[in-house]
Amino acid sequence: MSSTFYSSLTKKYVMSLAGLFLLSFLLVHLSINLLLLLDESRGLFNEAAHFMGTNPFIQTFQWVLFGGFAVHMLVGVILQIQNWMARPKRYNKKAVSEESYLSKFMIHTGIIIAVFLVIHLGDFFVLKITGQVPEFAGHHGTEDMGLLVIEKFKMGGYVLFYVIVLIFLGFHLDHAFQSAFQSLGLNNPKYMPFLKGLGRILAIVIGLGYILIPLVIYFK
Amino acid sequence: MDLKLKIWRQAGPDASGKFVEYPIQDISPESSFLEMLDILNEQLVAKGEDPVAFDHDCREGICGTCSLFINGRPHGPDTAITTCQLHMRRFKDGDTIVIEPWRAKPFPVIKDLMVDRIAFDEIIQAGGYVSINTGPMPDANVLPIPKKNADLAMDAASCIGCGACVATCKNASAMLFVSAKVSQFALLPQGKAEAKERVRKMVAKMDELGFGNCTNTYACEVECPKEISVTNIARMNREFFMAKIS
Amino acid sequence: MAKLDSKIPEGAIAEKWTNYKAHQNLVNPANKRKIDVIVIGTGLAGGAAAASLGELGFNVKVFCIQDSPRRAHSIAAQGGINAAKNYPNDGDSIYRLFYDTVKGGDYRAREANVYRLAEVSNNIIDQCVAQGVPFAREYGGLLDNRSFGGALVSRTFYARGQTGQQLLLGAYSALSKEINKGSVELYTRREMQDIVIIDGKARGVIVRNLVTGKLERHGAHAVLLATGGYGNVFFLSTNAMTSNGSAAWRVYKKGAFFGNPSFVQIHPTCIPVHGDFQSKLTLMSESLRNDGRIWVPGNKEDAEKIQKGELKPTEITEENRDYYLERRYPAFGNLVPRDVASRAAKERCDAGFGVGNTGLAVYLDFADAINRLGKNVIEARYGNLFQMYEKIVDENPYETPMMIYPAIHYTMGGIWVDYELQTTIPGLFAGGEANFSDHGANRLGASALMQGLSDGYFVLPYTMQNYLADQINVPHFSTDTPEFEKAENGIQEMIDKLLSIQGDETVDSIHKRLGLIMWNYVGMARNIEGLEKAITQIQELRKEFWTRVKVPGSNDGMNVELEKALRLVDYLELGELMARDALVRNESCGGHFREEYKTDEGEALRDDKAFTFVSAWEYTGEDKEPKLNKEPLVFENIEVKQRNYKSA
Repeated sequence: MSSTFYSSLTKKYVMSLAGLFLLSFLLVHLSINLLLLLDESRGLFNEAAHFMGTNPFIQTFQWVLFGGFAVHMLVGVILQIQNWMARPKRYNKKAVSEESYLSKFMIHTGIIIAVFLVIHLGDFFVLKITGQVPEFAGHHGTEDMGLLVIEKFKMGGYVLFYVIVLIFLGFHLDHAFQSAFQSLGLNNPKYMPFLKGLGRILAIVIGLGYILIPLVIYFK
Repeated sequence: MDLKLKIWRQAGPDASGKFVEYPIQDISPESSFLEMLDILNEQLVAKGEDPVAFDHDCREGICGTCSLFINGRPHGPDTAITTCQLHMRRFKDGDTIVIEPWRAKPFPVIKDLMVDRIAFDEIIQAGGYVSINTGPMPDANVLPIPKKNADLAMDAASCIGCGACVATCKNASAMLFVSAKVSQFALLPQGKAEAKERVRKMVAKMDELGFGNCTNTYACEVECPKEISVTNIARMNREFFMAKIS
Repeated sequence: MAKLDSKIPEGAIAEKWTNYKAHQNLVNPANKRKIDVIVIGTGLAGGAAAASLGELGFNVKVFCIQDSPRRAHSIAAQGGINAAKNYPNDGDSIYRLFYDTVKGGDYRAREANVYRLAEVSNNIIDQCVAQGVPFAREYGGLLDNRSFGGALVSRTFYARGQTGQQLLLGAYSALSKEINKGSVELYTRREMQDIVIIDGKARGVIVRNLVTGKLERHGAHAVLLATGGYGNVFFLSTNAMTSNGSAAWRVYKKGAFFGNPSFVQIHPTCIPVHGDFQSKLTLMSESLRNDGRIWVPGNKEDAEKIQKGELKPTEITEENRDYYLERRYPAFGNLVPRDVASRAAKERCDAGFGVGNTGLAVYLDFADAINRLGKNVIEARYGNLFQMYEKIVDENPYETPMMIYPAIHYTMGGIWVDYELQTTIPGLFAGGEANFSDHGANRLGASALMQGLSDGYFVLPYTMQNYLADQINVPHFSTDTPEFEKAENGIQEMIDKLLSIQGDETVDSIHKRLGLIMWNYVGMARNIEGLEKAITQIQELRKEFWTRVKVPGSNDGMNVELEKALRLVDYLELGELMARDALVRNESCGGHFREEYKTDEGEALRDDKAFTFVSAWEYTGEDKEPKLNKEPLVFENIEVKQRNYKSA
């Protein structure tokens, strides 16, 4: 029984499923963020943020999301440690043959994203749940999360950091998407090239989508 | 050709090894890589030194005995061949060639460039077979097998068990090796009866032996001398999943 | 000569094996556990036998020289495996397979053994398919067959160009299953050094652990040798580097007779030797001769220019080419048997018409076939072979003819065995290429795999049981006996002596010299002067070896040079016996060609009256001449004829 849970393949399924789940979150998050560009009064964005922050279903689901992150990170770290242990003595000349080059750096991009996540949560989520976000002038009872975001995105250093992290996220996703299908056993020579292409498009759309927002705000 | 060889020397399994440089002259570009090492060894023996130990046997690319991690690539800078089929014309006069043993926890060094790959045998012993005994069997043509499946099974079965996939994988994962055997039997009706047991046991043994996890870098497919596809890994993932949920 | 009893069962040839099995002794299941069997070698014969004996319930210890049982040299066989299934409905039968094999072997094989081989050939295919061996199939899902030399029917089953690999992996998987079950114990990187005989019976072996250098003792109720052939006596051959004749030779010196040592198969289509640093010859599948045309320049000046690199083969016009096989053998042309094709190539090269920078090569040209069938068809048939050739030689065979030359490939000779595959030492059996085999003086393509698996799966598990039936009361063997002690000490002394010489010649350099003597005088064409010269030269070389060899290092741990030296010790004696055997056989048959015995047209001429026998050589002591025993061959079911390839 223990081998079921601890099997390398089971861990890979968990990684893949959690990853794909987190990808869907990134898409939702991105679409909300883009509202900031659509509506300069921040009304739409704040409303959406308010909805997300109060809707009971979302509120419950948010713990599933946290769980997803936790599992993805935990299992990722375990897998990585096992991988390092599998080759105690390194090569003098490193292997050079990866087909999916970015796959080499999943742990590195992953850690960068995790660090960002902590800062990100501190910047927004913690302020929100501790009630430190000012009220939105446009609508009574709604916090002005949009203002918080815009203030951050007016700081050059923060924008730079944000852009770099999101580039790494793009790299992470580029390998991750097709890799998830391979791990789940859904590789077929017929549609795998399509999945690889789709993964790259998703990585670029998500990466650029997020990056676009601070750049527009900063340079405006 | 004149070359500089930088070779890993290690006296025994527990000894700590180091790189030793050997200059070597007048190598014919027509000679094979292993013949170049033969020449080096003849020179070392003549000088009364210990020759470099390396694994090799058939020298025609099928037994899977030869290994060697040459300038960062298992079986050297050519594709779809083993080290014994590598020829010196792939190198330039004056090149430095770094030669290392396969590096993986389940492949401990025995001496110099020679490693112990008994772990692969143990994985096969865990379930890489159809459990039938020798004896009268139904006629071979009783069971028609679609040519496409037979061909895919043959693709997977052509694995020579050399370990290049493990050697090149950044995680020292044995997934390509294990999945090739699992796939061969998953594709054939003969393997169906114990398909679930087989994949469960072989994966468990692979994990137990300390191979790394697959992160889908696909380096194994690039370096496999028999060009075995990573679709076999996906097939094993599928087989394992089905075995677990049923 | 009471000792040389072939034990052929009574009855009509088609019933002998059935009768044998019906009347043989068996061991009951409970008693099998009490019996230990040692198997040396994990190729087709050894792997299959060890697995099958384990399945029956015997305690099996199996040893291999490689790091894994999957690497035995059976793996390198390319072409296929014969069986009399008659799936193509082209008139094949057990009798026809039997007939072709005996005829192909030039009537120097034992009828009863060959018939049994043909009889179980069909079981082998069924067994392998059940194991999941991925044989080639037709679109309808049924097994595909192809044709091979020396037969009028298509009876060869194949798995791409890797049939040996797939069959070996089948046997390996069966063996792995038994290892997992605990009935077979596996010892890798071990080389057999000696057989231990107690009260006249084989009761154990001394093996050397190649990693630690330690000598180990293992006892058993019976021992099976499946250690392959001794082609590496020639230094250069298509055999793997660790393939060797030592196990066979050491048991010969303990009383097992050696059968037909001079019967060696030389394969016509190998990549030629390209330099004196060369370690190994690579075979190109015989199937290439189906579409390739073999030729050399018709005049010497052209050949010389080609050798100097001044002329390209494609620049030689049609009328200046000599398609010598088509010229000499109009009926069979390029598809004559291996021995004939090899000799013809040597004849042209010796006459100065050879090509390549050494002058020791002939062309195998696909230009006509490409013109006729298109490049695509040729690529589909031989693509992987062409690619392999290009990787090795760096020339594109689609554009310029391939160069080929004959090379040592297989040894039909080996340890003499009776119908039960038992040697003249009771309890010592030999299977596969290691025994003197069912192939007579020449083996047909796709027959070696058949014989290895036949011996391993379907013959030895029965015949060994017949021997073991009266051993059930013999307890497991202690290895703490004077016999083991003596055998181990003998090997230890040899090792110490080798390490103490510290001369000035490496093992390989002496081996290369032996190989040259063998190739020149005991190779494709032999004659009395050459053979006598070979015997003297080998004796001299042997003396030189024991005074001048340099083996560095010690015996405490891995010592590859010492391993090679221990094998060369035996080659230096075995080579002499091969020459003696060739000298005694005053006829030409199959792979054995004596220049004195040929027809007016230069073809092999048998002397059936005087030489229809198996030479079974008996060791008589150090530096004493070995004794020749003869096992007469009786052909009751086949009419003995001269082989003819000039007309159909």
